[in-house]
Order: sequence, then C-alpha cells, then structure tokens
Amino acid sequence: MSAATLLEVRDLHTQFNTLDGVVRAVDGVSFDLARGETLGIVGESGCGKSVTALSILRLIPPETGRIASGSIHFEGHDLATLPEDEMKRLRGHRISMIFQEPMTSLNPVLTVGTQIAENVVRHLGVSWKAARERAFEMLDLVRIADARRRLDEYPHQLSGGMRQRVMIAMALSCDPQVLIADEPTTALDVTIQAQILDLMLELKEKTGTAIVLITHDLGVVAETAERVVVMYAGRKVEEAPVMALFERPLHPYTRGLMAAIPRLDVDAESGGRRPRLQEIPGLVPRLTQPIVGCAFASRCGLATDRCRAEAPPVVDAGGGHTVACWEARV
Amino acid sequence: MVAVTDDLPLPPRRFSLGAAIRRNPTITFGAVLLTVLVLLALFGPLFVGDPLKIAPVNRLRPPSERWWFGTDQFGRDVFSRTIYGSRVSLIVGLSVAAISSVLGLALGLACGYFRAMDGFVMRIMDGVMAIPSILLAIALITLTRPGLGIVIVAIVIPEVPRIVRVVRAVVLSIRSQPYIESAVAGGTRNIKLLWRHVLPNTLAPLIVQSTYVCASAMLIEAGLSFLGAGVPPEVPSWGNIIAQGRTFFQIAPWSILIPGAFLATTVLAVNLLGDGLRDRLDPRLARRL
Amino acid sequence: MSAPKTVLEVSGLVKHFPIRGGLLQRQVGAVRAVDGVGFSIARGETLGLVGESGCGKSTIGKTVLKLIEPTAGKIVLGGQDITTLKPGAMWPHRKRIQTIFQDPYSSMNPRLPAGTIVGEPLENFGIAQGRERDERVAQLFQRVGLRPDAMRKYAHEFSGGQRQRLGIAKALSVSPDVIVADEPVSALDVSVQAQVLNLLIDLQEELGLAYLFISHDLAVMRHISHRIAVMYLGRIVEITDKRTLFSTPLHPYTEALLSAATAPDPKRRGKRKAIVQGDVPSPAKPPPGCHFHTRCPYATAECKVVSPALREVAPGHHVACHLR
Repeated sequence: MSAATLLEVRDLHTQFNTLDGVVRAVDGVSFDLARGETLGIVGESGCGKSVTALSILRLIPPETGRIASGSIHFEGHDLATLPEDEMKRLRGHRISMIFQEPMTSLNPVLTVGTQIAENVVRHLGVSWKAARERAFEMLDLVRIADARRRLDEYPHQLSGGMRQRVMIAMALSCDPQVLIADEPTTALDVTIQAQILDLMLELKEKTGTAIVLITHDLGVVAETAERVVVMYAGRKVEEAPVMALFERPLHPYTRGLMAAIPRLDVDAESGGRRPRLQEIPGLVPRLTQPIVGCAFASRCGLATDRCRAEAPPVVDAGGGHTVACWEARV
Repeated sequence: MVAVTDDLPLPPRRFSLGAAIRRNPTITFGAVLLTVLVLLALFGPLFVGDPLKIAPVNRLRPPSERWWFGTDQFGRDVFSRTIYGSRVSLIVGLSVAAISSVLGLALGLACGYFRAMDGFVMRIMDGVMAIPSILLAIALITLTRPGLGIVIVAIVIPEVPRIVRVVRAVVLSIRSQPYIESAVAGGTRNIKLLWRHVLPNTLAPLIVQSTYVCASAMLIEAGLSFLGAGVPPEVPSWGNIIAQGRTFFQIAPWSILIPGAFLATTVLAVNLLGDGLRDRLDPRLARRL
Repeated sequence: MSAPKTVLEVSGLVKHFPIRGGLLQRQVGAVRAVDGVGFSIARGETLGLVGESGCGKSTIGKTVLKLIEPTAGKIVLGGQDITTLKPGAMWPHRKRIQTIFQDPYSSMNPRLPAGTIVGEPLENFGIAQGRERDERVAQLFQRVGLRPDAMRKYAHEFSGGQRQRLGIAKALSVSPDVIVADEPVSALDVSVQAQVLNLLIDLQEELGLAYLFISHDLAVMRHISHRIAVMYLGRIVEITDKRTLFSTPLHPYTEALLSAATAPDPKRRGKRKAIVQGDVPSPAKPPPGCHFHTRCPYATAECKVVSPALREVAPGHHVACHLR
C-alpha cells in the first residue's frame, strides 16, 4: 500500500442469503482510493455498487449478508475483519456516508443541531457546547442560510435539498478521511442536484476529504469524478481516469451504456427524424448462480466461446486504464 | 416487429411442504393444534360417554383410568364434558369470525370505496365499539331466552367494527395504488373494480383479523357462560364447566383446570395461526409473494 | 381554432387541492397544483411536459385522463369536451386516451396474471372476449417485445423494463389516439430505458399516436419530444418546439434547467452553472407576481407584483416573462 493510497479494497466478495439461494452481490472487486481523490463507482441497479459501499462501512445486515472474503485496508486496519466496537469508532468519524434519501437517514424527533452535535461529541469527546458550535459551523459551511436558527429545526421543516446539506454537514463534522456518497443527488430536482454537486466539490477542495461517489448517472460521474470504476453483475469491468473512460471506453458494457443514454448536449436529430438509441439487449444475469466466464457475455455482441467459458482477467491498457474483457482492443 | 426480450428473470419455484413448514413454524404449529382440536370436537363425542349422565356415587373422583379427567360434583365425566364443550367454543368462535367477517367486509368495502357513506357509517361503528361487549351480551340475553344463537349475535355486534376498521383502512390504501388508477383509465367500472382489484387485496388482512376475532369470541363466550349469561347451564360449554366447578375447586381442581387448559390451548392455537398468517401475508414481511 | 388533426386540446386548466384544517375540516387554503395551463397535441406528435417535482405536471396528466376532476378550464379530446363529464359519461371516451405509469411495480395488480391485466380494457369495452381476447393479447405481447407465453405469469415475475412493456401493451389494447406517459422511463436502468424509448418512438411512427410525455429528465425529453412545455409551480413558463427550446431558451427558468443538467462528457466539466439558488416555493403559498421571481437572477420590481402572461414571441414560441 503506497503512501498516497488511503483505502485499498482487494478481491471483495459480499454475499446475501435469500430464499432463492446465495446472491453474490459483490463478486471479487478490487480498487484503491488515493488521499483527496474523487472516485466514481458507476453501474446499473443490482451491479453491487451500493453493497460495495456498505461493505466498506460494514453496514451489511448480519442476519442476511456477510463479507465472504477479501480485504479492505484503511489506516492500518482491515475493515473486513475489524471488531464491531472499533468499527463504530471509525464510522461517522474517519469514514462517513451520505445516502440517497436524506429524510430516512435523519432522526425525525431530534433537531438537526442535536444530531450533528451528537456525532461530534461521540467521536471527538468535546463538550456539548463546543459540539453545538461545531454544528453551527458545519451548517454554515454547507451554505444553509440562517444556520443559527436552523440548528433548532426538525428534519421535516427542511426541504429535500436542505436535508441533503444537513447530511453532508453531519458526515463532514468530524473531518473524515473518506466520504462515501451513495446516489447523493438522485432524489433531488435538477436545479437542486446542481447545487449539491457543486457544494460537494467545493468542500472536497476545502477539507481534502476523499470521496467515493456511487451513482447510476454517467452525467454526475463525468462532472465530478477523477477516476471511475464501472461495475456489472457484482464485478469490476473497467477502471480509468474519467477523461480516458469517456474518450475511449474499452469494455463493451461501458460502450453500450454510453450509447444508450439520450444526450442533452448534442443535437441527435438527423433530418427531422428521431434516431434510435442503442439498446443493450437482454437482462442482467441472475446472481444466485455462479457466473461462468464473463458476466456480460450473454448480452455482448462481441462474445466468443472463450468469453462464455472463462472469466476475463483485468488487463492494463496504459495510463491507469484497466479493463476485464477478452475482446477489448487495448 | 421488435426483438423478443430475454427470458423472464425468475424461474417458478416448486412448492415443497417441508420448506413451507420450515419457513412458517408458527402457522404450522397453530394449524396442527387447531386441527387436532377440531377433530376432537367433530369425532370425540362418538367415543366418549354421556356428558350429562349424573352419577352421585361417583362424584368428585380424581382423574383415573376410568375417568380420565375425573368427575364433577354430580359425578359427570369431566373428559366427556370437556370434549363436548369444545364444540360450543369452536362453533361460537368460527361463526362469530365468519359472520362478522362477512358483515365487516361489506361495510368496510363500502366505506372505503364510496366515500359518501364513510363518515356516517364510521361514526355508528365508533358508537358500537364504545359499548362493552360483555355488558351488551348480558343485556341482550336477559331480554331474550339464553341460547347459542343469541350468544353469537351478542358477540358479533361489537366485533363487526373491528373488522370494518381494518377493511376500510386497507381499501383506502389500495384505492391510492397506481394499479387502481391504471384500471380506471383502462375503462374498468365500479363493480368490477371492487370485485377484481380491491376485494382480493383485502382478503389477507381480513383473514388475519378474523382469527383474532375468533379467539376473542371464544374467550368472551367462556366469560359469559361463567357469568351465567351465556349458553344455558345444562349445555356443557367450557365456561359452564368452570363456573359449576368453582365451588369445589379445592377438592376437585381438575374440573376447572382441565377445561381451562383446553380453552387456553384453543385460543393460543388460533392466535398463533393469526400471528403466523400476519407475518406471512404482510407484503413488507413476506420476502416473496 | 382547433386544427383538424388536433387530438387533445387543453385551455385554462386549473386544479386546486383544498387544504382542510380545524375541528370541522373547513377549507383553509388550496394547493394550486395547476394554475391556468393550455396546450394542444396533434396526431403523431409528442408534447413534453418538463419541470421539477411539485410543478403540477403529473396533476395535468391525471386531470386530462379524468382520474381527478379539474377545478376550471376546458379539456377537449378529439373534438369532444370532456371537462365536466361524470364517470359514466366519460367511460366511452376512455378508449381514446390511455396512460403509461411511472412505477412499473405498483401499477400492476399483484394478484392477476399479466394477460388478464393487459386484456382488461378489451373486456371492459366489449372489444374482445375469451379466446379472441387471448389472441389479441398475444399479438400485443409480441408487439411490445414479450413472449406471448408470458401471459400467465404474474407482475412480480417480470423485470422492470418488461413490466413497462406490459403497461404499454395495455395502453395500446384499445387503439387510443392519445397516451399520457407519466415518467415512463425514470424508474428504469439506462440500458432498459433505451429499449422502452425506442419502442415508444416506433409505436408512435407506426400508429400515429399522440403522446403527452411527462418527465423531469431533459435528455429524455430532447430525445422523444417534438414540442416541449416547461412548467414551474403550476404554470407553463415556456412552450416551443424542441430545437428552439434547446438552442434559444428564453425563460430564465428554462435557462436554469438547461444549465443545471449534467452531461456525460467530462470535457464540459465546469460549464454547468447552478444559476438559480434556493428551493422551489410551496405550491400552497406561491409567491405573488411571477412565481419564479424568488429565484430569478434577473427579477425586477414588476416581476414581484405582476404575473406575466404567456405571449407568443416568435411563431410557435410562447414565453411567460416580462423581460423577453
């Protein structure tokens, strides 16, 4: 683990027991996160991106799920095996998280000031008075107007965008090294989404917190991430610096995704007819059976017999761009 | 013609009794217990002696090989009386559950669906619910001749609002479901909408609620009989057996404890079944339909 | 005024939801969900309704479907005024206007097989019964890209995209003129979304359907619409053809929406500007004058008092703004 690496995930496998069998939600994912970096993890629903985040924070519900193997190195600990009480000390302090729906992650019967201060008291051991002052500073930092008054308001008195700001304030209140943001703007309106994305980028510059941004939205990734991991069916299929990924996507799935989104920035109309979007045929494979070969083979136009029989290794395409595909021209 | 999309995502799962039992231990336990009790009530009387036969020679005998559950102060066989008593309890429980379910379903559907009726009917229901059921039963029975039918009526009246409330709440939540709007937009009219889209989705909570009503009806019946306001004293119901045995409790505790245990077990079985069904039929708890 | 090919014409549409309070449940106010909206849609045309949550776009969809009753205004469907029709009188007209819902999970009765759901309108209107109905349903399944033998399966056995295909099949079953599509792809993954959008476009070109397409997603709008109406707090602030809207947006809110949208192109990074600050005001208490003046960077004293009318500033381009 080099000095610049903050978080190192290696060969992570997270599984859930369901009535239909064992779901391999994360099936051998590895990546690094450098200090102060913004890493995007992108993929469609069920690709394992959120489970990866929950695994890092060890928030997998123990009744149904478990980290089956792999390691998550952070500040000299392996988070995959760290005892729960030590994990509690890290969560919300060294690593914190914000979720898609801020209403459900805030306690409705406590004021926002109390909730932020509580986190500060728990982790930094300061007095309630100091913690409340910290809460005020944080609300001010996330640009909540009239922050002093807002301290004493309850979550339902705030708008959706404001609640997400409160979540960010709480997540950053103990100066974490890593902030994991799981679809932080998906539930928000377009104009509010823009405000929140700008705020996150600005705070990252100010505090130096590394961000893992989990999203299904390639637009959000393009605007914010420095490096991107593309996931499909629990596996990492491609990883690249953001420019390289959008300029030269190598994996057929990444290419398919990019061709499938309607574009706002280019006039797609030719001769007054609306063009067809490129479809990715078929469906995501079931995760209850072990996938033989490449997970994307059943939907891939380039798939060969080898793709269906043997999982492709991760190949280096140079410049930090890696891809797991037999057929990609690297 | 567009390309046919891929296979459907989930294979149909085969039904397996073993797996069903493992998944729903409460339902299984409650159902088995209740089945045994129903079989006893149905066929037990064919094999036991006359529950009404008085034999002063054999009064207050403890349980033995001849009288499995002993005898009471008139020398009547407690075993035989308990078996016969289960008929009364089950008849009352099941008929109250059935009648109040039908009435409650009809009123609940109407209130939830036709909003104009709602305020009026629900205020009446609130009023009925405010009457203590035991007092209502005592009043009704003192006004008429005691009998099984009047006991059932007396218990049904205060139980109906409980069902109406549940059904109405469910109908109100179903009404706002997009699939109802989708059906209306597709030209489905009131009666068919109720019959095809609303009613089937109210049945699961209705069944659960009616098991609770069944259990509570059995308890109220026993209470009424014990107070002398239930079925006529000559009928061997569990409440009557207990009431008549209570003066001799210290010398013949079996004549109270055994029918009491049967009552408790039956109510437990019905409640377990209800709890199990609630967990199973609640879409938030059931992991797959 | 309505051209012969106009299939749906809405004018001055108002929908207020009463707010009740107090012991006697008296009306203490109203949510002005839709506050005077007019538009028309021609055969074979897609009109997009775009706006943020609470702008009233879904309420318009439900009102033109007569799933909720309008407070005021006029809805003309294929030459017939349906504004005040009671449910019984509206019933025969339901054949001409159908809908596709946003959430493919809750818009299907979980207890009915897919074939029954799709075939229900055929039965309702007496178009086909029994065997004939099953044949028609099988054809519809094929038309939207589903295997006909999937008719016996239940909604939960289908994936999200497949359920949306079922919804489309159901809407098509009675050969409507107009389909109201309320966020039909926003619950779907990108790759599946492309499949459904393509299907909708194919069907429109083949059958001459008119779509009222409701979405918050500008990129999807740009792809599927011919004309777009931008809504803010119950009013249309700008309506024009798609090309003009994206090349020369005139209303400051349209401009704000366009500049706030993210694009899947890292080279454009930093070009996105969050022009507007703050949140959308509550539709229960909309600001006086122009509803947008609280967030508008160009607002003048007039904007705070006088509500701007929707004016035609160029052929087919209507804007409600004092400054244009």
